[in-house]
Amino acid sequence: MTTTNSTRRGFLRTGAAGLALGVAAPTYLRAQSAPLKIGHLTPTTGFLGPLGEYAQMGIKLAVQHINDNGGAGGRQVELIMEDSVNPQTASTKAERMFERDRVDMIVGEISSASCLTISQVAARYKKCFVNTGGNSDSLRGKDCNRYMFHVETQNSMYVNAEGQFFDGKGLVDGKNWYTMTADYAFGHDLLAAAKAFLDANGGNLIGDELVPTDATDFSSYLLKIRQAEPDVVALNLAGTQITNFLKQYGEFGLDFTLGGFGFDTVSAWAAGARNFRGTWPNVWNHLVPNDASQAFVRAFVDAYGKPPENQAWGDYNAGLIMARAVAEAGDAGGDALADYLESPEAQFDLMKTRKGYFRPSDHQLIQEIYAITALPADEVQNKWDIFTTSDPLPGPDQPLETLATSVTGGTCSL
Amino acid sequence: MLGLFVAQVLNGLLDGTYYLLIALGLSLIFSLGGIINLAHGAFFAIGAYLAITIAPFAGFFGALVLVPLLVAGLGMATERTLFTRFYRADPLYSLLLTFGLAMVIEQGLRWIFGASPQSFNMPEILRGQVFFGDFIYSRYRIFLIVVAVVTVGALWVLLNRTAFGRIVRAGVQNPEIVGALGISLRPYLSVVAGIGIGLAGLAGVLLAPIYTIHPAMGAEIITLAFVVVVIGGLGSFWGVIIAAVLVGLTKGLLVAVGLSSWSTAAIYLLMFVVLMLRPRGLLGERILRFE
Repeated sequence: MTTTNSTRRGFLRTGAAGLALGVAAPTYLRAQSAPLKIGHLTPTTGFLGPLGEYAQMGIKLAVQHINDNGGAGGRQVELIMEDSVNPQTASTKAERMFERDRVDMIVGEISSASCLTISQVAARYKKCFVNTGGNSDSLRGKDCNRYMFHVETQNSMYVNAEGQFFDGKGLVDGKNWYTMTADYAFGHDLLAAAKAFLDANGGNLIGDELVPTDATDFSSYLLKIRQAEPDVVALNLAGTQITNFLKQYGEFGLDFTLGGFGFDTVSAWAAGARNFRGTWPNVWNHLVPNDASQAFVRAFVDAYGKPPENQAWGDYNAGLIMARAVAEAGDAGGDALADYLESPEAQFDLMKTRKGYFRPSDHQLIQEIYAITALPADEVQNKWDIFTTSDPLPGPDQPLETLATSVTGGTCSL
Repeated sequence: MLGLFVAQVLNGLLDGTYYLLIALGLSLIFSLGGIINLAHGAFFAIGAYLAITIAPFAGFFGALVLVPLLVAGLGMATERTLFTRFYRADPLYSLLLTFGLAMVIEQGLRWIFGASPQSFNMPEILRGQVFFGDFIYSRYRIFLIVVAVVTVGALWVLLNRTAFGRIVRAGVQNPEIVGALGISLRPYLSVVAGIGIGLAGLAGVLLAPIYTIHPAMGAEIITLAFVVVVIGGLGSFWGVIIAAVLVGLTKGLLVAVGLSSWSTAAIYLLMFVVLMLRPRGLLGERILRFE
C-alpha cells in the first residue's frame, strides 16, 4: 500500500505537478460543474488492436489523474470509450458521440484512414479531434483541418529522426539500402519520405519490396535480401508484420543492420529479446530517463501490471493536454480550444527534455523523439527492457523543428 | 541469379507445408460431415496460445505432443455439442455457426491473454541455419517440414490402410449404405473432427516461434487455407497437397521475379483460373450442384 501512495505522491511532485497546477488553478476562479465529456475512439480489434488496448489504458489513467487533481478547469472528466473498428464505423461512432453522448471532443485513433473520417465529423460539429496514433503525412498535409491536432509524430519526422541516427553512424551516404514496404497508404507514405531522405543524403536504394498487408511469411523476401547484401535493411511495415519479420530475420540468420521508419514498442516486446534487433524511431518509451517519464511508468505499472507502450504515452498526454487547454481556454468548444492550442503560450511538458507545442501551420505537435536500439540477447534482464534508448532527437544544439521539416513537402492550408 | 531462382522454387515448395497442415484438417472435416469450419483458424490460434502456456512447464517438445491432443479434444467436444446438429443440413448454417465460434474464440483469447502479442522462442537446439551449397535454410523450418510430412504420412496410412480409414472413406462416399450396414458413423465423425482440428492445433505450435502470436492470428491464416482447399478440391487428400505446394510456389516465384506486391493477389487469381476450368478443384469429386 505504501508503495502505491508514495508512487502517487511521486507522480504529483514530478511530471504532473506543473500540469496539475495549470489544470487546477482556474478552478477557483470559475466553478463550473458540468462534467467535461471526452470521447475516445480507437481500434481494439484487428491488427491494430494490441496498440488500441494500450491507448485505452493511457487515456483511462489520464482521466483518473486529471480528476484526482481537481478536474479540467474544475470540471470532472467523463470518458466514453469505443472500438473504432474501421473508417466507416469510426465515422458513425464519432457522429453518435457528438450527437447522442454530447462529447466535447474526441481523442484517439491509430489508423490514418479512420483519423480522416473522424476529423471530418469533428470539423462538422466544430469540435476538436486529437489524433494520438495516425502517422500519415497527408493528415498534416492536404487533409488537415482547423479542429484536428496531432500528438502522434508524423511519418516524415520518424524518417528524419531515424535517418539522422543512421547518418551519424555513417550508414547513409554512399550506402546501399533495401526496404520492405507494406503495400498500402501508410507504407507508401513512409517509402516516399524514405526515398526523399536517401536522395537528399546520398544513400542508394538498391531494392524495395512491396509486401501485401496480409503476408505473414517472409522467407522468399529474406532469401532475396541475403542475395542483395545491403548495408541497411529498413522496414516500412506495420503492426504484426514487423514482429513476423523480426522473428524470421533471426531465423534465417541475416545480420545486416536492421531498422525501420514506423515502429511501436509492442512489436519489439512481441518479438522477444531473442528476436528483436536493430534501431527504430520511437515517439517515447518507458526507459526515457527523466523523473516525469519514470513517474508515469510507475503509475502505469501500478495500474496495469506492465510498463506503458508508446501508444499509452500518446493517449495519456493527449488527455492531459486537452484538460489543460479546456482550463486555459475556459471553454471546450472547438474554436476556443484551437485558438488556445495555436497560441504561443500553449507549451506542454511531454515528459521529455524540451517542451512541445503545436505548429500553427498544420497542428503537428513539435517534440523530441527517440531511437531505440535492441540490446544483445545475453544482456537482457527482463522481457520489457530489451532495448536502450537514444538521447532525445534532435540534439540539444538543433531547433526542434529540424525533424519536422517535411521531406515530401507540406501542403496544409488551415 | 539462377541460384536464387532455384532457392526460391525450393523455398516455395517448402512453404506449402504450412498451408497443408491447416488446409488438410479443413478438407477432412468438410468431406465427412459437410461442415465448412470457419473456426479452423481460431483453433490454430488456440494451439499457439496453449503452446506458450504449456511450454514453460513441459518444454517445446512436450507442448508439441500435448497441445495437438488437447486441441483435438476440444475439437471433439465441439463436434459433439455443435457440429452434430448441422450434418447434412444446408452448409450455410454451419458456416454461420463456425463463423460465430471463430469470433467467440478470438474474443476469449483476447480476454484471457490480452490483445498484446505474446513472445515465444524456438528451442535452442533448433536455432540456426543450414546451407545446401548457396541455399540457406533455417534449421527450424526443416524440423517443421519433417514433422508436417510425418504427420501427413501417418494420416494417409490411417485413412488408406486401416479399418478405421475404410469406414471413414465409405462414409464420405455413401453414408446411407454405411448406415444400412449397421455401422454408426457418429463416433467416426467425432474422431475425424478431432484429428482435423488437432492438425490446426499442431500447426499453431509449430508456427508460434516464427509468427506473431495474437488473438486474431487465426483469421490471418484461414483465408489462405480455404484457397488451398478450393484449388485442390474439397475432400481430396492429394488435391490439397498439390494445391498447397502450388500456392507456396506461386508466392515464392512472384517475389523472386520482383512482383512481390502481386504475390497474394496471384494466389487468388490461381484459384479463379482453377475454378473456371474445373469448378470441383484440381482433384475434387464432381459436385453435381455446380457442374
